[in-house]
Amino acid sequence: MSRRILAVLLENEAGALSRVIGLFAQRNYNIETLTVAPTEDATLSRVTITTEGSDKKIEQITKHLNRLIEVVKVLDLQESPCIEREMMFVKIHAEGPARAEVKRTCDIFRGQIVDVTASAYTVQLTGASDKLDAFLRAIDQSAVIEVVRSGVSGISRGDKVLSA
Amino acid sequence: MSEMLSGADMLVRALQDEGVEYLFGYPGGAALHIYDAIFRQQKVEHILVRHEQAATHMADGYARATGKPGVVLVTSGPGATNAITGIATAYMDSIPIVVISGQVPRAQIGTDAFQETDMVGVSRPVVKHSFLVKDCAEIPRTVRTAFHIATTGRPGPVVIDVPKDTTDPAVTAAYEYPETVALRSYKPAARGNGRQIRKAAKALLGAKRPIIYSGGGVVQSDGGLALQELARRLGAPVTNTLMGLGAFPGDDAQCLGMLGMHGTYEANMAMHHADLIFAIGARFDDRVTNNPAKFCPDAQIVHVDVDPASISKIIAAHIPIVGDAANVLKELNAVLQAEMAKHPELPDQQAHKVWWGRIDEWRAAHGLDHGSAPSTNGVILPQQVVKSLYRATGGEAYVTSDVGQHQMFAAQYYKFPMGRRWINSGGLGTMGFGLPAAMGVQFAYPKATVACVTGEGSFMMNMQELSTCLQYGLPIKVVCLNNQALGMVKQWQDMQYGGRHSHSTYSDSLPDFKTVAEAFGHVGFRIDNPADLDAAMDEAFSPKLKDKVVFVDVWVDPDEHVYPMAVKGGSMRDMYLNKITTSQQGDYM
Repeated sequence: MSRRILAVLLENEAGALSRVIGLFAQRNYNIETLTVAPTEDATLSRVTITTEGSDKKIEQITKHLNRLIEVVKVLDLQESPCIEREMMFVKIHAEGPARAEVKRTCDIFRGQIVDVTASAYTVQLTGASDKLDAFLRAIDQSAVIEVVRSGVSGISRGDKVLSA
Repeated sequence: MSEMLSGADMLVRALQDEGVEYLFGYPGGAALHIYDAIFRQQKVEHILVRHEQAATHMADGYARATGKPGVVLVTSGPGATNAITGIATAYMDSIPIVVISGQVPRAQIGTDAFQETDMVGVSRPVVKHSFLVKDCAEIPRTVRTAFHIATTGRPGPVVIDVPKDTTDPAVTAAYEYPETVALRSYKPAARGNGRQIRKAAKALLGAKRPIIYSGGGVVQSDGGLALQELARRLGAPVTNTLMGLGAFPGDDAQCLGMLGMHGTYEANMAMHHADLIFAIGARFDDRVTNNPAKFCPDAQIVHVDVDPASISKIIAAHIPIVGDAANVLKELNAVLQAEMAKHPELPDQQAHKVWWGRIDEWRAAHGLDHGSAPSTNGVILPQQVVKSLYRATGGEAYVTSDVGQHQMFAAQYYKFPMGRRWINSGGLGTMGFGLPAAMGVQFAYPKATVACVTGEGSFMMNMQELSTCLQYGLPIKVVCLNNQALGMVKQWQDMQYGGRHSHSTYSDSLPDFKTVAEAFGHVGFRIDNPADLDAAMDEAFSPKLKDKVVFVDVWVDPDEHVYPMAVKGGSMRDMYLNKITTSQQGDYM
């Protein structure tokens, strides 16, 4: 079992995404994170899915995704070197001495404080998912008010391109 | 200057341009503009069914018998949901059908309008693809694309959901039927990879104990003759799946019959002991493999399928080949011919002789005769009925079936001479399939002998179509193995639940099927004496009754089981052979 990142180019049409998600539900595959947005070509959306599974399972998922008529391309991003990022907002209770501690931890992780009230900071943090996990572990759990994560986006390094 | 047509007229014109002969359907509010367009033309004949499920099975039966797509038209809401079972049936067996469903007007979608169902959503897991028409101008291209997708690659059902206002007679658009379809995301492989085919040829020639495991894909690609050529060339045994019966002739000496849960002893033993399995157009279904962990331990696997997702899904393939079964078989035959000319010592004749010796021993030891003596107690055995049918029809009938014991008996005892003659719901196992599927076959081939082997349980799931048979003069011969019970359920309860027949019997409340047939305007027989069986069967298929539906209600032994039967969790050689004998790990020998 390992965590895998699949990048999917999809026709930018109504209902196409529901087929991708439906496939995961129907075949008992798990979706850990999901991000979707149009690409430089407005007729295509790019979906990034992180899932868990053995090589055999990932091969099946890839094959079944390719079977969908609206799926144009599927790439297992980690087949070659790639960059992955996830963005997170964390609203953290920050009063008294803890206020400075939150700021310090935020700086260590190169996060930004994007909203401030008298009792809370909202921190914006970008990085690989394990970095975001590490930040959440580093701060006082009881101070966390709200966490919003974008899900993973990824791109291959070098000249390798996922295109129609 | 192209013609200006309403959406409804475009839809029907597109079906004409697609060469559609029959449209199986049932009208309703959201489809009424389309029905009016059908009324105003003659080229596409609409067949009025009595239930939408039956319409989908008719289209399915038509498609299985002809290889051409079957077409269905239903209304929104309940019309659409009633079609779902038939769509799922076609999906599981990869049958090309196109289902057009009416939908509420676009402005009402999502408002819980009268007879509104999200058909695209409801059907999504059981279609190859689906479309929701957004504008009447899209209709010609949508229909063209739907037929293209349904019939190419691994075939399957496609739904076109048509909101009522896109078929409005007052709104017209330019009609032009596209000649080609270009989909950047859909390019099914037709031909197999040449290098892989050469590897497969080498493996086949090197094998000492080869077996060809041929499935529905060979039937659907009309690859039967190429399969026979391959088998002759190699002198290898052939076993057909439930879906693949007939692609290799059932009465041929090289044919081991069906494999799997109720496959023959020799087919399952040969699979288990093979050193090379050439799987083509088959998908290692759980009803074939039994426990995948114990599957054929010595075998190298060559797997040919048009759908890459079928390869290495259950059993890892050593030599995978993605391509159309018939095309791959033809290319493989050419490669084999050249290789065998170069290497006259291949395949190893001595090894093959030993292999056939073992197969013949298995055949002699068990065959299909599982020890049930021909009825001596005055009760008809269900197997006898299928044998009698085979005899009376000279093996030349199209045979459809429902699901259960009768289906397995038909598959075991009717030796189909070619593909597309045996039509049954293999993957989904849909009771109620047999009669409407037979009707679809009869529409395709009005002069052919079409028999539906059924059980009284399955038959009652779609018996309303006897009325449609009368309306269109479809002379189906229904052979009902009436055991007054849900036989396969009862068999499992006998074998696994201590004989507790939970809700599998209803013998006090069955109708008299002879009278039922007569009430629908047909001919009915009831047979319960073994001595009358052959004569009744001959009469049913006699020229005198050739234009009539004949319902042959045969009362059979209610205690009979289907054997062989795979031992749950075992390997392919683990089978119950009759009520007393089990071949655990082949120790039957």
